[in-house]
Amino acid sequence: MQPQRRFMSTQTTSAMMSRPGASQTPALELAQSSWARVWRQFKRNYLAVIGLCVVLGLVVMALSADFLDNDKPLYMVYKGQTYFPVPYSYLVNLRLTQWPPELLNVDYRALTAERAIFPPIPYRPNQIDLTNPFAPPSPEHWLGTDRLGRDVMAGIVHGSRYSLSIGFVSVGIALVIGVLLGALAGFFGGWVDLVISRVFELMLAIPTFLLLITIAAFLKPSIFYTMIIIGLTGWVGMARFTRNEFLKVRNLDYVMAATAIGLPDRRIMFRHILPNALAPVLVSVVLGIASAILAESSLSFLGVGVPADTVTWGSILNEARSNTFAWWLAVFPGAAIFVAVISYYMVGEGLRDALDPRLK
Amino acid sequence: MIAYLVQRLLLIIPTFFGITLIAFSIIHLAPGDPAELRAGGGLGAGAEGGLSTERRGSVDRALQEWRALYGLDKPLHMQYLIWLKNLFTLDFGMSFKDSQPVWGKIVERLPATIKLNVLSTALVYLVAIPLGIYSATYQYSFGDQLTTFAAFVLFALPSFWVGTMAIVFLGGGDFYYWFPPGGLQSVDYSPGWPWWQRLVDQGWHLCLPVLMLSYGGFAGLSRFMRSSMLENLRQDFVLVARSKGLAERVVIYKHVLRNSLIPIVTIMASIIPGLVGGSIIIETLFSIPGIGQLSYEAVLARDYPIILAVFTIGSVLTLLSILLSDLLLSVVDPRIAFSRRAV
Repeated sequence: MQPQRRFMSTQTTSAMMSRPGASQTPALELAQSSWARVWRQFKRNYLAVIGLCVVLGLVVMALSADFLDNDKPLYMVYKGQTYFPVPYSYLVNLRLTQWPPELLNVDYRALTAERAIFPPIPYRPNQIDLTNPFAPPSPEHWLGTDRLGRDVMAGIVHGSRYSLSIGFVSVGIALVIGVLLGALAGFFGGWVDLVISRVFELMLAIPTFLLLITIAAFLKPSIFYTMIIIGLTGWVGMARFTRNEFLKVRNLDYVMAATAIGLPDRRIMFRHILPNALAPVLVSVVLGIASAILAESSLSFLGVGVPADTVTWGSILNEARSNTFAWWLAVFPGAAIFVAVISYYMVGEGLRDALDPRLK
Repeated sequence: MIAYLVQRLLLIIPTFFGITLIAFSIIHLAPGDPAELRAGGGLGAGAEGGLSTERRGSVDRALQEWRALYGLDKPLHMQYLIWLKNLFTLDFGMSFKDSQPVWGKIVERLPATIKLNVLSTALVYLVAIPLGIYSATYQYSFGDQLTTFAAFVLFALPSFWVGTMAIVFLGGGDFYYWFPPGGLQSVDYSPGWPWWQRLVDQGWHLCLPVLMLSYGGFAGLSRFMRSSMLENLRQDFVLVARSKGLAERVVIYKHVLRNSLIPIVTIMASIIPGLVGGSIIIETLFSIPGIGQLSYEAVLARDYPIILAVFTIGSVLTLLSILLSDLLLSVVDPRIAFSRRAV
C-alpha cells in the first residue's frame, strides 16, 4: 500500500472533483493531493470525462423533469392573474397550499389564458390520450406515443428519475451489505471468513436474474421493492473487493499501531482500514449503478416489478415487443438505457484506470 | 490433491443447503398462493365476490384438495424436508400447471437451450480470441484501441434492446424480413424435409438469438486474452526466442499463444451454468422453448416445483463449474499449488 492511498475518512467522493485546495492539516493535504492525482489521471481519459458529463446531464434531467415535460404551463397569465403552475404544484404536493378553485383539475390547454409558456414537452408521462395511440414521431409528439397515447419523450425524460433513483438506492443498499460483510470477513479471517465466504459462494452460484424476477413477480409491483431486491442481490462484488482490500491492509504497520494503542476493532475497521479500502470499492459502486439500471430495465422489459401506470424506460420498450410496427417504442427508450449504462461504465473504467497505482 | 478435492466438495454441501433453503423460503413465503392463483379469475374470483356460503364452501374444499395433492397443506419445514428427500432420487415433483414430472419438462426443454448456449459460446471464443491476440501484438495501435472500444460498446448494449430492435427491423414487421421473429422452426416445418433443409431452417432461426447472446461477451474474453498475451510477452523466454532469431510469427503463435491460452481453457468451465436460466430474456424475447422460457413461464404461473428445480440445478452446476475451473487451472499449470488457492 502506497502512502498516497492513505486518505482521511472525511474525504467524500465530491472531494475527488476538487483541485488541490488550501493547505490544512498535513494529513488532509496528503489526502487531497491523492484525490487530485486521481482526478488529473481521470481528466486525461476523455471518454471517462464524456461519461461523467452525460451522467451529470442525466441527473439534471431527472431533477428538472417536471419543468421539461408537464401538462401545466411554467408561466401563465389568466384573467389578469399571473400564475406559475409548475413551481406551484410542488407547494401543493408539499401540502403548503392548495390550487385556486379556477385552476383545480383543469385542462390547461383548453384554458383561454392571455399568455402561457408551456414546457418544451407539454405532456405528463402518464397522460393517457386514447384518441391518439401509436402516433409516430411528429412535431406534436417528438418521439411518438405508445398504445395508450402517452408521449414517449415525456416518458423517457421522467423515466430518468426511476433509473437514477434505482441506481443510487439499490447500490446504496448493496454497498452497506457488501462493505459490512467484506470488512468482517477480511478483518477477522479464520472461521468468520470461512462462513462469510460460503455466503459469497452461495450468492455467486444462485441464478441471480432468476432470483430477481422470482421475487419481483411474487411481490406487489412497486418501484420501491424493485430497488430493494436489486440491492439485496447485487452486493457480492463489493463484498469481495472489500474483503480482499482488508486482507491486504490488515497486516500493515498502522493497523498494528492502532491495535497496540488499544483501539476497539470496530474503530480500526471503519475509521482506519475502510477509508483505505474504499478506492477499489468506488469503482464497483459506479459499475454497480450501471448494472442496477440494466437489471431494472430488464425487469420492466419482462413486465415484472413495475406498476402498470408507471412509465419507465424498460416498460416503454416492453410495449415494442407486442407492437413491432411501432419502431419508435423500440428505438428511443432502449437508446436511453444504453446511453445511461455506457456512461456509467465509462466513468467506472476511467476511475479504475485513474486509481490503478501501476499507471501512476 | 485428493485432500483438496475432498475439502472443496465438503464445502459445497453447506452452500448447497443454503441455496435450496433460500430458494424454498423465498418461493413459499411470498404472498399469494398457487392454489388461489390457479383458481384465480374463475373459482377464486367468484369466491371473493358474492357467492353463497354453500358454493363458497365447495370452492374452498376444491382448493384444499388441490393443496393436499401437492403437499402445500403441510407445514413449511415438512414441505422442505419432503422436497429434499425426493431430490436425492432426482425427483423434483410435479408441475402445478399440468401435473407432468418437472424433470421430464426440463429434459424436454434442454436441447434448445444447449444449442443456443453452445453456439453462442463458440462464437464468443471464435471472435474474441483472435481479437485479443491482435490487440496484444499491436498494443496501443489504432486497431487495438478501435477493437477494444468496439467490444466495450457491444458490452454496454443491452441485449434486450438490440434484440427488440432486430425483431422490429429485421423480423418481418413493417421493415425487412431477413430473419424469423421467433421460434425454432418455420411454420411449415416437417420432419420429412431433407437434412440440409432442416439444418438451414434451424440455422436461420438461431441466427439472431445466438448473436444477441454472444456479442456482449466479446469484450470480456478479448480483454482477458489480451492481458494474458501481454503478460507472457513480457517474459524472458520471449526475449530468448527473439534473440535467437525466431520469426515474430513463431514467437507469437508458438511460444506466447500457447502459454496465454492456459487461463482461457479454465474459464471454459464457466459456460455450464449459462445452460440453466442464463438466457431468460433472450429465450422469452425470441420465443425459444428452452429452460429460460420455461422458468419465466413458471415464475408467472407460480409453478413452484419448476422454479425450485431450475434454482437447484443452476446453482449446483455453477458450484461444480467453479470447482472444475480451479482444478483445470491446476492441472494445466502445475505451478499453481492447490493449497495456496483461496478456498
